[in-house]
Amino acid sequence: MSLFQVILVGIGGFFGAIARFSGSQVINKRITSSIPIATLSINLLGSFLLGLLFGMGINKSALLLLGTGFMGAFTTFSTFKLEGIQLHISQQKKAFLMYTTISYGGGILLAFLGLEIGRFL
Amino acid sequence: MVYIFVGIAGFFGAILRYSIGLALFDESKLFPFATLMINLLGSFLLAFLTTVVFKRFLIPAPLKTAIGTGFVGSFTTFSTLSVESVKLFQSHHLLLGFVYVLVSLLGGLGMSRLGFRVRKEEETG
Repeated sequence: MSLFQVILVGIGGFFGAIARFSGSQVINKRITSSIPIATLSINLLGSFLLGLLFGMGINKSALLLLGTGFMGAFTTFSTFKLEGIQLHISQQKKAFLMYTTISYGGGILLAFLGLEIGRFL
Repeated sequence: MVYIFVGIAGFFGAILRYSIGLALFDESKLFPFATLMINLLGSFLLAFLTTVVFKRFLIPAPLKTAIGTGFVGSFTTFSTLSVESVKLFQSHHLLLGFVYVLVSLLGGLGMSRLGFRVRKEEETG
């Protein structure tokens, strides 16, 4: 683990976190939904793009900056789970199930598509 | 200004995720323990911070956003979980892939619930 690699991940994380935060605000202002559509869209988009980066076989430094750093921080697991628990506790069972199913099903499917498409790029 | 705070916290969250992954886990191992442990830990942490720490202590709103959304949000990750699952399935480790998704799904909810305190519980201690 070199300092250079750590800094690359950090810089990616800096911009990934800001992109998620500002992206969520934009989405939440424009769309009202029974499920947390902001986190969902960001996690699905990030899963596709990270798959794409892996599929393209970019070099290690680029992968640390854009993959581990940016996409890693852009997408989030903790907020996704907290929102899930909030839906569950407030008895919104249908929204909870939809949110969980679309996140995992869509995330895995889109990561797969990204990996496959990336191979042709 | 809050954007800069979120970014700085994201900087450290991502570095901590990367460092833990390198320090505690063997990358050559098939099963993605690092991401799983980080995601489970972060799920507990965000729920606990949001429903207990941020409510009991007077913390400026931008700092709450920086710690919760910036730091813990960037510490945990969803995209890596998705890609790692696909890689397990594609390398024909169907059972491991299934276990990874299931433990993330249920374990993440369990850890988040563990850190989550509803007001009633708070009042009764």
